[in-house]
Amino acid sequence: MSAERGPLFLARRTYRLRRLSDAARMLPIAGAVLFSVPLLWEAGGVRTTRAMLYIFGLWIALAGIAGVISARLRPTESEDDPKGPQER
Amino acid sequence: MTILNVLILVCILYVVFLFAVAFAADRAALRGRGSWLRSPFIYTLSLSIYCTAWTFYGAVGFAARSGLEFVTIYLGPTLIMIGWWWTLRKMVRVGRSQRITSIADLISSRYGKSNLLAVIVTVLAVIGTTPYIALQLQSVTLSFAAFAETDPTATTLPDMQSTALWVAGGLALFTILFGTRNLDANERHHGVVMAIALEAVVKLFALLAVGIFVVWGLSGGVATTLDRIDASAIARFEVSGSRWIGLTMLSAVAFLCLPRMFQVMVVENEDEDHLRTAAWAFPTYLMLMSLFVVPIAAVGLELMPTGANPDLFVLTLPLMDGRDGLAILSFLGGFSSATSMVIVAAIALSTMVSNHVVMPLWLHFSGGAAMVSGDVRHVALLARRLSIAGVVLLGYVYFRLSGGGTALAAIGLIAFAGVAQFMPALMGGLFWRGATRTGALAGLIVGAVVWIYCLFLPSFGPSVVLPQVVFDEGLFGLQWLRPRALFGTEGMDPVVHAVLWSLLLNTSAFILGSLLSFPQPVERLQGAQFVNVFDHSGTPGGWTGGMAQSEDLLIMAQRIMGATEAQALFAEAARRQGLAGYLPEPSPSFLQELERELSGSVGAATAHAMISQIVGGAAVSVEDLMAVADETAQIMEYSSQLEAKSQELARTARQLRQANEKLTQLSVQKDGFLSQISHELRTPMTSIRAFSEILRDTGDLTAEEQSKYASVIHDEAVRLTRLLDDLLDLSVLENGQVVLHVQRGSLADLLDRAERAAGVQGGALRVVRDRVAEAVDLTTDLDRLVQVFINLIANARKYCDGQPPILTIRTAVIDGELVIDFTDNGSGIAPAQQAVIFEKFSRIGQHKAGGAGLGLAICREIMARLGGAVSYLPGQKGAAFRVTLPLSARMAAQ
Repeated sequence: MSAERGPLFLARRTYRLRRLSDAARMLPIAGAVLFSVPLLWEAGGVRTTRAMLYIFGLWIALAGIAGVISARLRPTESEDDPKGPQER
Repeated sequence: MTILNVLILVCILYVVFLFAVAFAADRAALRGRGSWLRSPFIYTLSLSIYCTAWTFYGAVGFAARSGLEFVTIYLGPTLIMIGWWWTLRKMVRVGRSQRITSIADLISSRYGKSNLLAVIVTVLAVIGTTPYIALQLQSVTLSFAAFAETDPTATTLPDMQSTALWVAGGLALFTILFGTRNLDANERHHGVVMAIALEAVVKLFALLAVGIFVVWGLSGGVATTLDRIDASAIARFEVSGSRWIGLTMLSAVAFLCLPRMFQVMVVENEDEDHLRTAAWAFPTYLMLMSLFVVPIAAVGLELMPTGANPDLFVLTLPLMDGRDGLAILSFLGGFSSATSMVIVAAIALSTMVSNHVVMPLWLHFSGGAAMVSGDVRHVALLARRLSIAGVVLLGYVYFRLSGGGTALAAIGLIAFAGVAQFMPALMGGLFWRGATRTGALAGLIVGAVVWIYCLFLPSFGPSVVLPQVVFDEGLFGLQWLRPRALFGTEGMDPVVHAVLWSLLLNTSAFILGSLLSFPQPVERLQGAQFVNVFDHSGTPGGWTGGMAQSEDLLIMAQRIMGATEAQALFAEAARRQGLAGYLPEPSPSFLQELERELSGSVGAATAHAMISQIVGGAAVSVEDLMAVADETAQIMEYSSQLEAKSQELARTARQLRQANEKLTQLSVQKDGFLSQISHELRTPMTSIRAFSEILRDTGDLTAEEQSKYASVIHDEAVRLTRLLDDLLDLSVLENGQVVLHVQRGSLADLLDRAERAAGVQGGALRVVRDRVAEAVDLTTDLDRLVQVFINLIANARKYCDGQPPILTIRTAVIDGELVIDFTDNGSGIAPAQQAVIFEKFSRIGQHKAGGAGLGLAICREIMARLGGAVSYLPGQKGAAFRVTLPLSARMAAQ
């Protein structure tokens, strides 16, 4: 509509993409921390089956989140591109 | 038919199938079909060579011994894959932009193209990978033996050694066939990748099938299986924190550093975009691979007799239950895991060995002459093939020497720790501009020494390589140097201990060395290009051209890339610079491009060395240094623009000077021609006049004398006519008034005609032809084409000074164009003359052999009329002319 809407929309999109790449960077760190959680459980008191459920559940969740993030991130774009991603 | 025979039959059929798949994929890629070959899922599946036979069989054994801890081996790669935005993206981008051929190439390229670094990385990679290949051979032989034991009819057990030898030989053959098709390691091995992707599916399918059979077949459902796990010896989750974290970290690092992983992940990568799919698909693959490991281990521990090898539960559980089909499928899974790992590892290592050890040595011993004699391409391919055979053989020898015992099983993690030593140099190189060659060298050497001392040598057992005294008292009796308790850190797990100390000391040496040393300009440039790979896609050039001889470069490039590819590259570069022919200006950007192309074939360090031998050393221009100092971005921009402008001006000036030179030369030639033509016209005129006066004025001439004088007059008149005919011919051709008589005929006949007419028969010149290639039908003005051939052959007869003179006529069809090369073995045409030989009135040498210098000018005009071209082909041994003619006979406008 008005001339101001366009750039606003672009900036918002760029902002989203930047945060998405932040999320992509954080994901392995979060994964490493979460995979270490079983170590904090009561020593020797945990059944393997429970740990299995936790680890495989986490595994599937991480793969799923990675899939969602990667599908939206375009690796060909430079994240430091001041002009932001192309709209067209 | 016994089960063992069935197994062997299935195995052979499977291998034949793999060959067929690889062959078909190569063919499809060659024909440009098969875009599915480049699908991201093929890429993801090819990554699965991470799961070797050690993980296929060994994961269950690992789980049977220490519960859920096995999963750490898969968690590390999972974290790396989902964190692709950090590292993998950068590695792949750098690998593609620098045309990296191996991990050794990447590290050497980053640190100023240092070959010493590449050699160290190569040696470490060979030490780390050889036992791993031995492990794969062992797993195949063990699984064979497991089948043989259950077979009551088998009177003799198959010989383990011979099984391993057959497997090793077959693998080497496969790898050589499909891994060394093309020299350019940067070109993808479609056949190999396709075969590996297929094997990835087979091993996943096999493991899932065994898992489903164990859970629902043997155990009776999920709930019962979980109960069985709870009742088994591995019911409690008891892992030590240091091993859990240490092994996860180790597997993550190894995933990045293993030469074979680098090969499929970076070198074979078709498209950076594939990472986005692999980011979720590969973790899913790993998850599925490990899903049934604990159930299989728990059920195996319960059902199998005590003392059974838990490493083979995947195989022995179905066998015990009489499910031979499932057992064979499971065997194929293990077989697939083993073979795909060996194939890729052999390709990766052979590239490293041939590019960084064999080629530099060969170049060194053949000296500067390497560029002008000997076929580099042939040597490189041979080196690569021999290296493949050598690497597989080394694995086999290791397997024989170690006796295939349990010592081998532990080697997986040890190899991981070995290649993990690349990590600081690799990551430092990608993310830290300050990392230097000295630092990388120090880190690698320290890390390798600590790894060998603390983990590799002790792995052979006490008193085998290291005496027991060293284990108890330390090296030289120093307590703090005990290999299992460095600096007094007692009671640690040996693997975690070695990984901790080697990586710690490695990183420290790397950082300290980098901080204290000063990098060379090339290092700083490469550092900036690697670290900021996403910022500037345009790379600063490292060469100052101008002095370089394009022709020398072309000769060298032909030896490495092959004549056709090199000529195409040079012609394309020349076209972009607006020049005709095959020799572009040796501008910095062209030299840069050439170096990239060459490094795809022989590695960055070698390519750099070869070009610098011709160009005379790489110089770092002001522009390059400014690019390093990015704080002064604006100055850099301004100055580099100036620099580029002045370079362009210099180039234009050089071209103008060349044009001027050509004009001056032409003018001199025209003057020369005028005096020549008056001379040529006057001499026959004089004799015609003299003899006709004699005939007129002398009365008493005998009939014999009369006929003699008349024939002199006739000969001279014929000479005059020929000269005038040539001039007329040329002017007609130039004005475009010529009428073409299009006919159909065979090229071989035309060349025969030309050879006869040029007067070669009975002369000294020998003509070498390839009659098979000449069987081409043409539709064009045959008489005119023959005229061109006659001229070229006659030229060779007149000017070729080879002893004995030989003219080689080579025919080929390239991109729908008929290409005929006339190459003689004489001394060729000097570069200064090459520019003007096609001009009118130009003659080489002074009046050496008759003719007014119109022949080649006429040839050029004829070929232009026929829609083709004739050009001088530099970089051959003698004078060489190339005639090109489009086969789809479309004439140029008349």
